[in-house]
Amino acid sequence: MMTLENQSYEEAHPLPKSNGSKSILHDPLSSSSPFVDISTDPLHSSTPNPSPNSTNTILEPPSYAEAVFGSFDLDSPSSINGHDHSSSSEASQSFSSDYLKISVSGPLKEQEVSNSLVPGGSYFYSYLITTFTNLSEYNGNEFNVRRRFKDVVALSDRLGQSYRGFFIPLRPDKSVVESQVMQQNEFVEQRRAALEKYLTRLADHPVIRRSEELRMFLEASGKMTLMRTTDVASRMLDGAVRLPKQLLGAESVGVAVSDVSELTQPAKGGRDLLRIFKELKQSVTNDWGAAKPLLLEEDKEFLERKDKLQDFEQQLSSVSLQSQGHGFDSWWENHLYWAESLVKAQQDIGETLGQLGLAFVKLTKFETEEAICDSQRACAADMKNVATAAVKASRLYRELNAQTVKHLDKVHEYLGVMLAVNNAFTDRSSALLTVQTLLSDLASLNLRIEKLEAASSKIFGGDRSRIRKIEELRDSVRVTEDAKNCAVREYERIKDNNRNELERLDKERHDDFVNMLKGFIVNQAGYAEKMANVWETVAEETSVYAKI
Amino acid sequence: MNVQQRSGSGPMAQSPRSPSSQPPYLTVSVSDPAKMGNGVQAYISYKVITKTNLPEYEGPEKIVIRRYNDFVWLRDRLFEKYKGVFIPPLPEKSTVEKFRFSAEFIEMRRQALDVFVNRIASHHELQQSYDLRMFLQADEQSMERARSQETGIFKKKPGDLMQIFKDVQSRVSDVVLGKEKPVEESNPEYEKLKNYIFQLEDHLAEAQKHAYRLVKRHRDFGKAVNLLGNSEGNDLGKAFADLGAKSEVLSVKLQREAHHLLMNFEEPLKDYVRAVQSIKATLSERANAFRHHCELAETIKFKEIDMNKLRLTQSEKLAEAEREYEELKADGAEATRRFETIVKLMNEEIVRFQEQKTIDMGLAFHEFAKGQANLAKGIADAWRSLLPKLEACST
Repeated sequence: MMTLENQSYEEAHPLPKSNGSKSILHDPLSSSSPFVDISTDPLHSSTPNPSPNSTNTILEPPSYAEAVFGSFDLDSPSSINGHDHSSSSEASQSFSSDYLKISVSGPLKEQEVSNSLVPGGSYFYSYLITTFTNLSEYNGNEFNVRRRFKDVVALSDRLGQSYRGFFIPLRPDKSVVESQVMQQNEFVEQRRAALEKYLTRLADHPVIRRSEELRMFLEASGKMTLMRTTDVASRMLDGAVRLPKQLLGAESVGVAVSDVSELTQPAKGGRDLLRIFKELKQSVTNDWGAAKPLLLEEDKEFLERKDKLQDFEQQLSSVSLQSQGHGFDSWWENHLYWAESLVKAQQDIGETLGQLGLAFVKLTKFETEEAICDSQRACAADMKNVATAAVKASRLYRELNAQTVKHLDKVHEYLGVMLAVNNAFTDRSSALLTVQTLLSDLASLNLRIEKLEAASSKIFGGDRSRIRKIEELRDSVRVTEDAKNCAVREYERIKDNNRNELERLDKERHDDFVNMLKGFIVNQAGYAEKMANVWETVAEETSVYAKI
Repeated sequence: MNVQQRSGSGPMAQSPRSPSSQPPYLTVSVSDPAKMGNGVQAYISYKVITKTNLPEYEGPEKIVIRRYNDFVWLRDRLFEKYKGVFIPPLPEKSTVEKFRFSAEFIEMRRQALDVFVNRIASHHELQQSYDLRMFLQADEQSMERARSQETGIFKKKPGDLMQIFKDVQSRVSDVVLGKEKPVEESNPEYEKLKNYIFQLEDHLAEAQKHAYRLVKRHRDFGKAVNLLGNSEGNDLGKAFADLGAKSEVLSVKLQREAHHLLMNFEEPLKDYVRAVQSIKATLSERANAFRHHCELAETIKFKEIDMNKLRLTQSEKLAEAEREYEELKADGAEATRRFETIVKLMNEEIVRFQEQKTIDMGLAFHEFAKGQANLAKGIADAWRSLLPKLEACST
């Protein structure tokens, strides 16, 4: 089990290299995104990114053909964490010369190699992961490896351990039920697409793209060497909050710990069951539900740290409140709900207009053929114009919706990011919990020492057994003290990561969001104007009836 | 709606377009719906105001109170008396309790009733009707008495009319099987008219169904757009407060357009459907008259054969038979006359109807296009007005 020190943000985020050459992205093996129009990839153009201020020209509503063939594809692989590349933020400029492009293809059914003597066992699907990169961490520019979903889960778990406090994109679901219920090729295709999206997001994260874990996943041929974590706790909590759950119990602290840094990681493995127990006790006492962990002890040592801890708590509760959606999440959810209702309503209107138009077309044909009087035929011509206009408007609504749906995808994506943020904040909570647990340990150890010393001092010449016990306890105190210091450093590091990630997200999100909203609004306005033109023509043509 | 003389001619308008000193006029309006009574027996009453200088009417202005069933009475009487004429259609009876007293429904009904009476008043045949005069002038008690006498004889439900038609058609199949002589007109123009009317009804019903849905979807769209108004913004708060306010504006526009569509597009379409159904009723009357005429013609023929038999045998029953024969011939002549009147009237009516419908539908289309154009422009403007503030956000 590798225990990589949690990286600090600065270590993982080196200054971008000044690389003068513009890179060309191409993915001949990518069968996954047929709608990406390479020619609109800004990295291809020789001119710099267009200024986002020229909104009236930037997003002319496309024709039906364009809408189908995705000149509006906001999911272009060169975007960072999925945001619209038309924003000319400096961050995206600095990354334009470093690339890490991943695609997933070629699903293969493979036999599960088992050691059992029973032949013809189960099978699994493997996927071809193709990487193109010029990042310095990688040994080469192009890699092709085969991985299965289990390997992706392992990668995700390892990243979660190594990059606590970072906003790590969430991996695709295991979808156990779907895999049984869906058609196999549908399911495999769905999974392939989801894997590609996930890996691309990892590749877009400025810190994770340079990680050792990702590199090994993408580069190392043969079987994956990243071991899955074996801890019961995190396995039980797949995808959920990583706060170690615990069973109540023991009070003994005498655990021989060789590697202090291990203590700073959340308790895991059978050896640390004890610590798991204690951390649970602590967390229950802390009453996480109220997001306001209480300090327990009034020990001198505690008191020195008390202010600092209270500071920790306040920050934590405010952060967790924020991430629990009093303002942020629910706002996005509201926005999503609104956008979805809008799309449905527009879809319905467009549909009905189309049907109305068709009904009138049929009526027109009927009148033209079966008319008894000539006046009917004249009216039929006007009716046809109205019918055609209705059908046109219907088509325009359909195009508009295709665009709006992309807007929705963005919002969905942001909700996903919010989940990643939640996880990062949870890393922080659990780190704080570790600190508190250790502080509490120290306090009770010191209390016992005091009591023993008091009792022992009453006996003249001392109490040999008690004195021995006191010595043992003092040893434990030293070890625990070291562990606590380690835990505090770890907590600070995670806090740092949180803060930097938040800043990064804030900046991206803000620009991202403004552009997304602008795009949405320009679309709505553009299509409404097109429809207005269509109807105005017909109104003009039929104005003769109004004068009667 | 006040309608002077329309394209129809008649005793009231010698030269409708030449201004004479006191041109005859008959103007009717239906207004001021008011809820009367309570509970299950509650109904809506309308004020019917007649302004006229015609001698047959009492005074220059008369106001009476009428309810929906009074209008039904009038329609039924006219249908009986003026066979061959396309009687203007009435708005439907509402079966849904909750809906019956909604403001929109009441307004739609009032408008339709106004159109109904005015069409009668401007139809050159119908405007002379005694029943119309009674409707426009009689006091409420007399009206109620007249209405309650309607049970049985003159009451015809649409189902009954269709049944008559079906009877006629079943006879046609009997002919095919060689059982009877044909009792349907074999007039190709008539066939064409009949087919036209039936198919037209289907097409119109479908168009009207979609128009109805379109109204509803505009309302739903209005509601969906408004949802955003209720969500709070955060750091992009200002831009979003605007979006929220703007979406309320849009919502109102959409609701208004829904109402406009309802009154100026869907309702005319519904009216067209009703008119076509009324024509079908007239068609069945024509079929009845034709069958009656044919039956009599046959009876007369047989009677003639009988009579000749009696003549040959010099029976004393001859005189009676001759008398009956003459009666039958008179009846037959009457039936034939009635049938021919219907045919003549219908031919005129069809032309009048088509011309009027062309105008009505043309206007409805125009309103539809105008409404949609205004709505689309309003929507575009509302969205675009958000952009400047949004520009300010992206720095």
